[in-house]
Amino acid sequence: MTGLSSQFAALVVVLPLMFAPICALLRGRTLPWAITTIVSALSFYVSIELVIAVNTGGPISYHMGGWAPPWGIEYLVDPLSSYMLLIISGISTGVLIYARDSIAQEVADKHLGLFFTAYLLGLTGMLGICITGDAFNIFVFLEVMSLASYVLIAMGEKYDRRALTAAFQYLIIGSVGATFFLIGVGLLYMMTGTLNIADIASRFSEIEDTRPARAAVAFLVIGIGIKLALFPFHVWLPNAYSYAPTIVTAFFAGTATKVSVYLLIRFIFTVFDPEFAFGIIQLKDILMPLAVLGFLSMSAVAIFQTNIKRLLAYSSVAQLGYMALGIALASEAGLTAAIVHMFNHAVVKTGLFLSVGGMFFMVGSVYLKDLAGIGKRMPITTFGFVLGGLALIGVPLTPGFISKWYLVVAALETNSNLGYALVVAIMMSSLMAVIYIWRVVEVAYFRSPPEGAEHKEAPLSLLVPCWMFILGSFYFGIDTTVNVGLAETAAAFLMGGAP
Amino acid sequence: MFSVETHVILALLIPLAGAIGIALANSAPNIRETVTLVTSVLLCLNVFNILPAVLNGIEPTVTLIQIMPEVALMFRVEPLGMTFACVASSLWIINSVYSIGYMRGNKEAKQTSFYVCFAIAIAATMGVAFSGNLLTLFVFYEALTLSTYPLVTHKGNADALKGGRIYLGILISTSIGLLLPAIIWVWTLTGTVDFVKGGILDGHASALITGVLLFLFMYGIGKAALMPIHRWLPAAMVAPTPVSALLHAVAVVKAGVFSVLKVVIYIFGIDFLYETGAAEWLTWVAAYTLIAASVVALTKDNLKARLAYSTVSQLAYVVLAASMATSMAVAGGALQIVMHAFGKITLFFCAGAIYTAVHKTEISDMRGLGRQMPITFIAFFIGALSIIGLPPLGGSWSKFYIMVAAAETGELYVMAVLLISSLLNIAYLLPIVARGFFYPPLGQVEERAPVGRETSDFSWSNIKEAPILCVIPPALTATACIILFFLADPIFKMIEPILTP
Repeated sequence: MTGLSSQFAALVVVLPLMFAPICALLRGRTLPWAITTIVSALSFYVSIELVIAVNTGGPISYHMGGWAPPWGIEYLVDPLSSYMLLIISGISTGVLIYARDSIAQEVADKHLGLFFTAYLLGLTGMLGICITGDAFNIFVFLEVMSLASYVLIAMGEKYDRRALTAAFQYLIIGSVGATFFLIGVGLLYMMTGTLNIADIASRFSEIEDTRPARAAVAFLVIGIGIKLALFPFHVWLPNAYSYAPTIVTAFFAGTATKVSVYLLIRFIFTVFDPEFAFGIIQLKDILMPLAVLGFLSMSAVAIFQTNIKRLLAYSSVAQLGYMALGIALASEAGLTAAIVHMFNHAVVKTGLFLSVGGMFFMVGSVYLKDLAGIGKRMPITTFGFVLGGLALIGVPLTPGFISKWYLVVAALETNSNLGYALVVAIMMSSLMAVIYIWRVVEVAYFRSPPEGAEHKEAPLSLLVPCWMFILGSFYFGIDTTVNVGLAETAAAFLMGGAP
Repeated sequence: MFSVETHVILALLIPLAGAIGIALANSAPNIRETVTLVTSVLLCLNVFNILPAVLNGIEPTVTLIQIMPEVALMFRVEPLGMTFACVASSLWIINSVYSIGYMRGNKEAKQTSFYVCFAIAIAATMGVAFSGNLLTLFVFYEALTLSTYPLVTHKGNADALKGGRIYLGILISTSIGLLLPAIIWVWTLTGTVDFVKGGILDGHASALITGVLLFLFMYGIGKAALMPIHRWLPAAMVAPTPVSALLHAVAVVKAGVFSVLKVVIYIFGIDFLYETGAAEWLTWVAAYTLIAASVVALTKDNLKARLAYSTVSQLAYVVLAASMATSMAVAGGALQIVMHAFGKITLFFCAGAIYTAVHKTEISDMRGLGRQMPITFIAFFIGALSIIGLPPLGGSWSKFYIMVAAAETGELYVMAVLLISSLLNIAYLLPIVARGFFYPPLGQVEERAPVGRETSDFSWSNIKEAPILCVIPPALTATACIILFFLADPIFKMIEPILTP
């Protein structure tokens, strides 16, 4: 690689970071939005190039400022991190196309510049976490992302003041998580004398019997678990998702928690080495029950929600449980299931939140009682929601089916009674998804719209991106060469040993 | 004109294209109905175009798309699927004619979405019929469930909502909760999900696992309506009658028992299943369903409900045949799919014609109607005789073969069950006809004529049939029941190759 393309690994993060302050200076509805969209699209383009480069030429190591690791900061693009970059920048770009009209309605004009600044910073943080090969740098980006997300969630206060408490709650819980993470990284640094992930990984086997190393593992797993909204650390998520502006919810639902899943995978499979994590300290015994309890209880809770955004948020926590289960199965099939579900769920859930956003745009509410007969009032938007819902249930030809297939295969491969029990649990959770989606369907199609309600679709600027995600999700459910192919490569790479 | 493979793909595409055409012709009902009719005729011609190749022993195979490595969406037309596709596509033409008469006669709302969903459901049925592996079967099986949900809830009232809940609740939960894990399990055991003659499980699964898998499949295929998961079928009767006729007497339920046969023949393998004896419990469950559903049917006064339970009972014949796992029994099961289709659709057509003409749904209100609607009631009579299994009607053959199989394997209790069931069929079907002809209409008292002085009750002025489009279809299908009696041999010849290893 020569010229600009040799700098791609840095550019993907630097671009949004550089343009973030510029957005803060701009006024009006169009300009900040346009710049943010273009920057995000550029990041997306660079991510695609990186994915291609990694899958043809192997992992790329980029030395920030020319300082060789372990002294300088290393950016490391391997199959998993490039896959994450693709998801994050892709979702971000799609959501931004939708954002113009939606956010102008939900956030005061004078805040728009700041909103997009925070958005770009959030994007920077997520991309940075996934690409950096330096443990402390991860913490920095984690904080960049988190601070931006507190701001973004609080922006929902124009419609609902509860957004402020939701943001504050997330701030407190999120800071605890970040602190735990930092303590973990600190302990690792103390024991190994390095912050470079590859270096820590190569020395980890020497220190794995020591108490500080095990404490580090505990702090890291719990810290990441809080950020990941792993049951029972999920309380912040439903509030944050319900009260944040639509596009923030859609963006975060697809990406923010996935970044934490990425961290969990990265630490378990690259830093700790699966043999230690699952063989010696039996991390599985913690992760698996939490994952199963998580998806069972959260699917059940989702059934009783009256706010659709909240319903989808609980469903998200349940889906994160599937991913955690895939990790906890500690096999290549399980890991593939977790990674592919990150992608699939990102596309599906973003599409769902965008269609709910369309309803909110027209009706001004996301409560089921206000959405009676919405299927007759906004047939196209609602049908999009139904199709997205089918994907959550895991109907064949949707990406949800593909994820479920891999997860069940992974569970059955264990060839044990535990595996069979897991299959039963997964299926029960899927069936609860039928119930919570069908509650919405029945309200949408079987109740008559309130008197005098307008029969009007959302504007095209909202409909088109929303359907882009819905149709896209079907594409990835039918032709799985991209999502499954890349996930399998990533899983094989991680199981193959440290980079 | 086209290659056989193209025809196989077209079988899926024609109804889908028809659905789009119907949607586009939303504002012009006459054009819309023309599109429906043209589509159904085209589909039928197309399906029968594949038939010669299959009769010559060719199995056209088409891979649609590779969904996952080593698992593709794939069609392979084999004799059983061919039979099912022929039945469904030819009945769709008759049913379309009937739908037009019924929907217009009853001035139903939302007719466009009705015809669109109908066409999609037929496309899904074709997909099920031609599926070449379990995944494809599952995909179209679910598509069939989802596309018929709007049809079941067509009326949009509280009853429809409740019926729809039961319908979707049972069908989705069984298929996702039991069938899907079973499919994935087969995949992890054997590394394939293809339908292979002689089965794929032999040598990969112990007798215990085979038994568990059989349980998952039989209760996962909820459309086969094995008790106790049969409740969705009576619940689906809230749908307009054309839906009950084609979908819930033919396409959907037959997709269920067809899947049962496919799984037994091509996944388990008849011989493997017979050797392990894993299917013995299934014979008992099927026999129980057979009798119990007939008894329940006796108690139902609503005509469509009675017919629904009758369907549950008749479907159990196929499952019973599959569970006996001999080639004679399976042949009987396959014939039953065809014969019952024609018989039951006739009965439903008649039920709908009665509703359209005089708006009666309860059997006790149907006294004397035979004098008003002679064609309808004669058609009903023929359909009923075919269901009961009396010669010279098609239905007699399927019962005959299953009976022979029972005698061969020495399962005498199965013979007893079949005999009792036939008697029960007579008891719940024929009184409807008898009341229609021999009783005076409701509210009229007949004067007793002295012996030898009876006059005919028939008079031209009394006749009040349903609209012509609702009367011709049952007459046609009733005639078909008679013709099928003479066609059983060709059908049997076609199916034979898959039964002999």
